[in-house]
Amino acid sequence: MTDVPRRVAVTSPRTRAVRRPPGRQALTALDEQDVVGDLLIRSLVRAQLVLGLRLAAVFGILLGGLPLLFAVAPQTRDAQVLGIALPWLVLGGAVYPALWAGGWLYVRLAERNERDFVDLVERS
Amino acid sequence: MSPDLAAIALVVLLTLGIGAYGLRLARTTSDFMVASRGVSPLWNASAIGGEYLSAASFLGIAGLVYAYGADMLWYPVGFVAGYLVLLLLVAAPLRRSGAYTVPDFAEARLGSTVVRRLASVLVVAIGWLYLVPQLQGAGLTLRATTGAPVWAGAVLVAVVVTVNVAGGGMRSATFVQAFQYWLKLTAISVPALFLVLAWQGDGAPDLAGPAGPVFRETTSVRLDAPVVVDVVERVVVQTSTGARVLTPGTTRLSGTVVFPAGSAVPHVDRIERSTGDTWARPLSGAGGLEHPLYATYALVLATFLGTMGLPHVLVRFYTNPDGAAARRTTLVVLGLLGTFYLLPALYGALGRLYAPELLLTGRTDAVVLALPAAMVGGLLGDLLQALLVAGAFAAFLSTSSGLLVSTAGVLVQDVLRGTVRDFRRASVLAAVVPLLLALAATSLPIGQVVGLAFAMAASTFCPLLVLGIWWRGLTAPGAAAGLVVGGGLSAAAVLGTLGGVVDRGWPAALLAQPAAWSVPTAFAVMVGVSLATRHRIPVDVGRTMLLLHAPEALGLSRGR
Repeated sequence: MTDVPRRVAVTSPRTRAVRRPPGRQALTALDEQDVVGDLLIRSLVRAQLVLGLRLAAVFGILLGGLPLLFAVAPQTRDAQVLGIALPWLVLGGAVYPALWAGGWLYVRLAERNERDFVDLVERS
Repeated sequence: MSPDLAAIALVVLLTLGIGAYGLRLARTTSDFMVASRGVSPLWNASAIGGEYLSAASFLGIAGLVYAYGADMLWYPVGFVAGYLVLLLLVAAPLRRSGAYTVPDFAEARLGSTVVRRLASVLVVAIGWLYLVPQLQGAGLTLRATTGAPVWAGAVLVAVVVTVNVAGGGMRSATFVQAFQYWLKLTAISVPALFLVLAWQGDGAPDLAGPAGPVFRETTSVRLDAPVVVDVVERVVVQTSTGARVLTPGTTRLSGTVVFPAGSAVPHVDRIERSTGDTWARPLSGAGGLEHPLYATYALVLATFLGTMGLPHVLVRFYTNPDGAAARRTTLVVLGLLGTFYLLPALYGALGRLYAPELLLTGRTDAVVLALPAAMVGGLLGDLLQALLVAGAFAAFLSTSSGLLVSTAGVLVQDVLRGTVRDFRRASVLAAVVPLLLALAATSLPIGQVVGLAFAMAASTFCPLLVLGIWWRGLTAPGAAAGLVVGGGLSAAAVLGTLGGVVDRGWPAALLAQPAAWSVPTAFAVMVGVSLATRHRIPVDVGRTMLLLHAPEALGLSRGR
């Protein structure tokens, strides 16, 4: 509207905290999609995507590597562990608790990312 | 009434009964479609598990392991790992999108009715492709246990499910399916316990011995239809017209054939005879599967990425109260499914020893049902078989209900007008088409047809959901092009496989497991066309990203 700088009151952060309900600014920024809000939500999306892709990569390499292992090291196809053939032990049993553990870890970390995000928004 | 028929009647009555209980609670269209989003995580997870454990899980996996060996263990692994991928990449944002169906998601994210319509067509196509083997499984089960004609089981399941879904919608489906998960787990684990005890009582013979499958005792095999089999060693059999000498080579058998104890089992011509060693070893091509390494990777891709695109799986996420609950529900589902899938392979392995005649008749999907009579026998055997039949029918009913709810939901929203009465009409339409297909189509292994449905979902909805949730650059033309290409390629592969266009070599392997080439192509097309049409990026993409990813705890205005 005008080029004349407005007078601003310089106060200590403590006073501001008393005068403003916490989290309003960032929340408004998010809601109104301004530059700050955009950066905030991009950071959350990136954090969650990196987390999801990392875990997917771990399982992709572990599980996806199995057929390749069986192909390049044929002795693993017949190896016995605890009296059970290795492929049956892994694919028929061990893989299921591992998948659940991966899911559990993801839920913990994803919820932590979201808590951090909420804290960040409410503190600013 | 035989125990099997009693078991089927009980499951049907309980399904309809619990459905009627839910009906009293269903009042609005929203009740019908997504249970008004008031379903708790354990209920919802049990319902997801109940809905997901289909004929393919209850019968198909054991049948595939029985015939084709260790490589088939990837089916259940993929069915569970698909849920992990779903949890990692889509569960919470999909719930936060607030849409009812995939077409809703597509429209909300991209603002395009063209993409919406394409997604609707695909939901119906995948739903119907998945329904066909469920109905065929019902026909097979009823025939294997009571001798009823094949159409009877398919019609029975189609009618019960339609009545139930048209009557109560998803609210009743939630109750019914939660109950059916626990029924299925009981039905597969209790007989398994007795079978393992019987196996140990038998001296725990090697499940993968050096010889191929043999008839352990004199076995009478009744063939409803003539089969062409490969005989590997000379054997004298008794038929209704007297003794007959079978010499090595291909021969045609019909009627009732009695094999002497200790003779090698001639296999139906589509399954190659394999020794125990070959059968137990991955990548050995047991059963005559060609290019096992390619097939394994393509199957892994289809199941890992296809789960998130199954219409009946997706619609369940909208019944969670919020994104965090969607994640927790998925985690419970991972546990429930992992527990169940420990067992089907066991039936497949025991079947090689105790029910080898199914390798001759080719009805390998019946191996789960055949074992109690073969291994336990007597009244206990009858009761265990009845329990398995109950579990199998629970599988057909629950998966078919879920598929019907989502297919009818899409039909009613995009074809009809969207009231409760239209939902009922849509349910009938959604059930009749796959029933006709099931009665007309030749029977492929259940697990294989379901695998094709996964491949189709992985080639279409997986790229749409993953890119739509994580990549701002996705445009409506890009999504539409990807859906058309991915859907077209996978549909061509499905039709080619079901129609038996080629049956040998690389072309057959590529068609039978299309995901390895159709999924990357669909992703590439979706990304490529989106990049070329950057000016079409939706203007409200920032708002959408906020809705998809911001935790509900912030209390942002969500619009819906």
